Amino acid sequence: MSLDFLLEIGTEEIPHWMIPGALAQLAKVDLLGASPTVDATPRRLVVRAEGVPERTPDSEQIVKGPPISAGDKAAEGFARKQGADASALRKAGNYYELVKKVSGRDGRDILAESLPAAIVAIQWPKTMHWTERGGPRFIRPIRWLVALLGDQVIPFEIAGVKSGNVTRGHRQLGASTIPVTTGNYESELRRNGVILAAHERRHKIEKEAAALGAKLDGDLVETLTYITEFPTAIKGDFDPTYLELPAEVLTTVMRHHQKYFSVEGMPDGLAPNFVAVMNTSGDPEGLVKHGNERVLKARFNDARFFWNVDQQKKLANRVGDLTHVTFQAKLGSYKEKTERVVALVEELGGNGHAQRAALLCKCDLTTEMVKEFTDLQGVVGGLYAHAQGEPEPVWRAIYEHYQPLSMEDSIPSTPEGQIVALADKLDTLRSCFSVGMIPSGSKDPFALRRAAQGVVKILVEAKLDYQLDQLVQGDLREFMMDRVKYYFREVRGFKYDEVNAVLASGCWTLADVEARLTALAEVRPTENFEPLAASFKRIRNILRQSGYTGGERVLEADFEQEAERELYRELERVVKVATDSGEYRAILTATASTRPSVDRFFDKVMVMDEDLIVRARRLELLYRINMHFSTIADFSEIVTSGDTKS
Amino acid sequence: MDTFQDTVFKLKRYWADRGAIIQEPYDVEVGAGTMCPETFLRVLGPKPYRVAYVQPSRRPADGRYGENPNRLYKHQQLQVILKPSPNDVLDQYLGSLKAIGIDLSKHDIKFEEDNWEAPTLGAWGIGWQVMLDGLEITQFTYFQQCGGIDLDLVPAEITYGLERISAFLQGVDSVYDMEWAPGVRYSEVRLADELQFSVYNFEAANVDRLWRLLSEHEAECKELLTGYDKYPDKHRYPVLAAYEQVLKCSHLFNLLDARGAISVTERVGIIKRVRDLAVGTAKIWAAQQSEGALA
Repeated sequence: MSLDFLLEIGTEEIPHWMIPGALAQLAKVDLLGASPTVDATPRRLVVRAEGVPERTPDSEQIVKGPPISAGDKAAEGFARKQGADASALRKAGNYYELVKKVSGRDGRDILAESLPAAIVAIQWPKTMHWTERGGPRFIRPIRWLVALLGDQVIPFEIAGVKSGNVTRGHRQLGASTIPVTTGNYESELRRNGVILAAHERRHKIEKEAAALGAKLDGDLVETLTYITEFPTAIKGDFDPTYLELPAEVLTTVMRHHQKYFSVEGMPDGLAPNFVAVMNTSGDPEGLVKHGNERVLKARFNDARFFWNVDQQKKLANRVGDLTHVTFQAKLGSYKEKTERVVALVEELGGNGHAQRAALLCKCDLTTEMVKEFTDLQGVVGGLYAHAQGEPEPVWRAIYEHYQPLSMEDSIPSTPEGQIVALADKLDTLRSCFSVGMIPSGSKDPFALRRAAQGVVKILVEAKLDYQLDQLVQGDLREFMMDRVKYYFREVRGFKYDEVNAVLASGCWTLADVEARLTALAEVRPTENFEPLAASFKRIRNILRQSGYTGGERVLEADFEQEAERELYRELERVVKVATDSGEYRAILTATASTRPSVDRFFDKVMVMDEDLIVRARRLELLYRINMHFSTIADFSEIVTSGDTKS
Repeated sequence: MDTFQDTVFKLKRYWADRGAIIQEPYDVEVGAGTMCPETFLRVLGPKPYRVAYVQPSRRPADGRYGENPNRLYKHQQLQVILKPSPNDVLDQYLGSLKAIGIDLSKHDIKFEEDNWEAPTLGAWGIGWQVMLDGLEITQFTYFQQCGGIDLDLVPAEITYGLERISAFLQGVDSVYDMEWAPGVRYSEVRLADELQFSVYNFEAANVDRLWRLLSEHEAECKELLTGYDKYPDKHRYPVLAAYEQVLKCSHLFNLLDARGAISVTERVGIIKRVRDLAVGTAKIWAAQQSEGALA
C-alpha cells in the first residue's frame, strides 16, 4: 500500500534569496521512489509526496561464500558468521553461496532514519549554530517539525525538536499550535493566515500591486514572495515636493531600501505614491500606511539633505579626497585608480570629454548620497556633474560608466561613456590580475567576470576598433577569451563550433569577430557549406601529412586535368570576391559555391601523384585554398554530420 | 501616550520579568551596546547569563549638529542578552513589543536578513533587522563568535533603537520632538550634546593628541595583556581594565575617522591593532573564567 507523505521544517525566518536553492535540494530527497513536490514560506520548508510505500517488499540477497575447495570447516564458519546453518549453503560454480531473505521494512522506519540527515545536509550559503558549539547547523533555528506518512508521525528529532503533526500559523494571523493531516495541511495553513504556494503569493502580489498602479519589478516581486506568508499590497503617498529630487534617487530609496514599488506618473515621471507589500491581511486603521509614509519621508529628507550638502563641494574638488577611499587593500586608493583610468582613456584615444569624465567618475564615492545609497554610484556622479555645469558628454559618461551591469543591461550610450566604462573595467581586471586576484571556480569576490563580460559587450556592441591582444595579455587574455566565447555562445546564441571556427582564424577586433560570425551563421545552412567543411578537413589532413609548406609557382595552364583547372579558377574567383567586396557574407557564399569543384577535384584527381612536380602543383592548389578559405573562419572547426563531437 | 522614559521602563520591566539582570550603562564610551563587557565578555564561556541595559552609543561620524531629525551622534540602545537563547526567543521579543503598546494585529512585522559583523572585535553573528511598518526597530543577532572565540552557548542579542521606537510610538517626525519625560522634550535633554559634540568631533578635536592618546591606551592595554600567564592569583588579574583600554582605542579610532584623519593604508592597520587587543582580552577573560574566577 502506498501513502501520502508530508514533511514541514519549521524555522525562524529564512533569508528570501536562499529559499529557492534549498527547495531545489529538497526536491531530490529520497522518498522510497515517490516524487517529492516542494513549497516554502520564510518560516517553513515543505516536502510532500503521494505514493510512498508503507513497506518495502521482501527481497533476497546472495552472499558469496568460500571456495568449495576450502573444505567443510570454512563453509561452516561462513554459514555461522551469516547466522545460517551450513545446510542452507548452495554451490555456485566453485564457490558456496548463501541466499539470505531480507525482510522489507516500514517506510516510516526508513524515513525516520534518513530524514534528519537529509534535512541537515541541505547546503546553505551561510549557516549557524543555535543551541551550542558542536550542535547542528542550519540556516536559522529549526523550531518545529511535522513529519507524516499516512496518518502516522515519522518519529525523529533534530536539536531537541521532535517531529509531530503540529504546525504553526502566521505569526499574527494564525494559531501557534495547529494539528494537521497530510490531507488538510495546506487548507489548515490557509485558515491560519499562511499561503503555502509561492506562485500563489507571487500572483497575489502582482495582481494587487498592479491594481494600485505599481510599476512591477520581477526581482522585487520575488523578494516579497519569500519574505511574506500572507502578502497584501497597500498604497501610500508622499509629498509631491520630493519629486524635485532625481527619479533615480527616489526609486532607489523606494525599491532597494524600503522594498516598495514606485508608481508611474505623467509624463514618464514618478507619481507621489508607492506600493508596499505587508506580511499581513489588511490595514483597516491605516496604521501600516501611515508608518511606511513616515519612514519614507525621513528617507527622502535624508536624500534631500545629502543632495544639498554634496553640492557645497563640486566633484572636481573631490579628486584629492579619493585618497581616503580604498579601491582594494593591495591596490591602493581610488585616487590611484582614477589616475590609471585617465591615462588609459588617453592611451585608448579618448577625447577631452572622456578624459574629464574619467577624472571625475569616481568622485561621487566621497559624497554623502553615495555613502548612503551605494547602488547609485555613477548615477549620482552623473547627476551632480550635470547640476554642476559639466557638458553633456562628460556627465552622461560618468552617469553610465558602470554599465553594463549585466548581460541584459545596455552599454553606455555615448562614445565617451563607452571608452570610460571600458577603461575602468579594463583597469580593474589588469590591476587584480597583476596582484594575483584571479577568479577561480565560484570564487570571484571582485566580480571580475562581470567586468570582463562588460568589456566584451562594449567592444562588440560599440564596434570599437581595439584588438583584444592589444588590451590584454597572458592569463588575462585567456580569461577574456573565455568571456568572449561565453558572450557569443550564451548571450548571442551562436553555435559553439562556429565560435571556435571564427576565433581559430584569428581574433582581431571583437566587432570583426561578430561580423564574421554573423556571416558564417547565415551561410552555414546553405546546401554546399557543410560538405565543403568536411572536404576542408581532408585538405588539412593531406597538407599535414605531406608536410608541404607552400611556395610552388603555379598558373592555371600548368594543370593537366580540367578538374584541377576548374578548382584553380574557382579559387581565383573567391579571391576576387574577397578583394573586390571584402564583405564576409559574399566571400563565404562564394567559398561555399566552390563545393562542386572541390568534390570533382577529389573525384578525378590523385593529389599525391608519383610525378613530384605534378604533386607539388596540386599541393600548392590545396595550400592556397586552405589559406584563402580560412581567413574568415577555420572550417575544420565546424562540426559536420560525419564528425563525432569530442 | 508613553514618554521616552516610559518606554524604557516598560522594556526593562519586561526583561527583568524574564530573568534578566537590569544593568546600568557602561561608563566608558562605546559605539554600541555590544561592546560593553556585559555583552562582549559575558557571551564567552559556558555560563548562562541574562542581562538588559540601556547603552548610550557614540558614533562620532553620524553627528549632524542636531539638524537631522533622525541621525544622532549619540543614540540610546536597549541591549538584551539571553544566553543561551530560549527556544521561544522571537515570541518573547514580539511580546516585548506588545508590552510597549504595539498592537501587532494592526501592524506589519518582517524579519529581514541582516548578519552582524564587527571586524574590530573579531565578532560576528547571524540574524535580522526587524521591520515594523517599514521602520527598522531592532537588530536581532544570534552570536556565533566573539573576540575570535567560537561561543559555547549561542546567545541571542536584541538591540532596540530606542529613539526610533519612541518616535514611532509618539508619532513624531523628529526625535527632538519626542517627549522624554512629561513636558520635557528630547531636544531639551540632548540637543546641546549633539551640536557641541558634532563641532568637537568634526572640527575641534586635536588630531595629533588623539593619535598620541590612541598609542597610550594601546600601550596600557598591551602591557595588561602580557602578564597573565605568569600571574599567580589568576582571579585578581585586571583583564577587565585591559578591556576598557580596548574601548578607549576603539572610540579614539572613531573620532580620528570622523576627523578624516585616517588614510586608506592606515585604516586596515588600525582596525587590526584594535582587533588584536580585543581578541587578546577575550582570550584572557575566557581563560580566567575557566580558572574559576569570581565572576
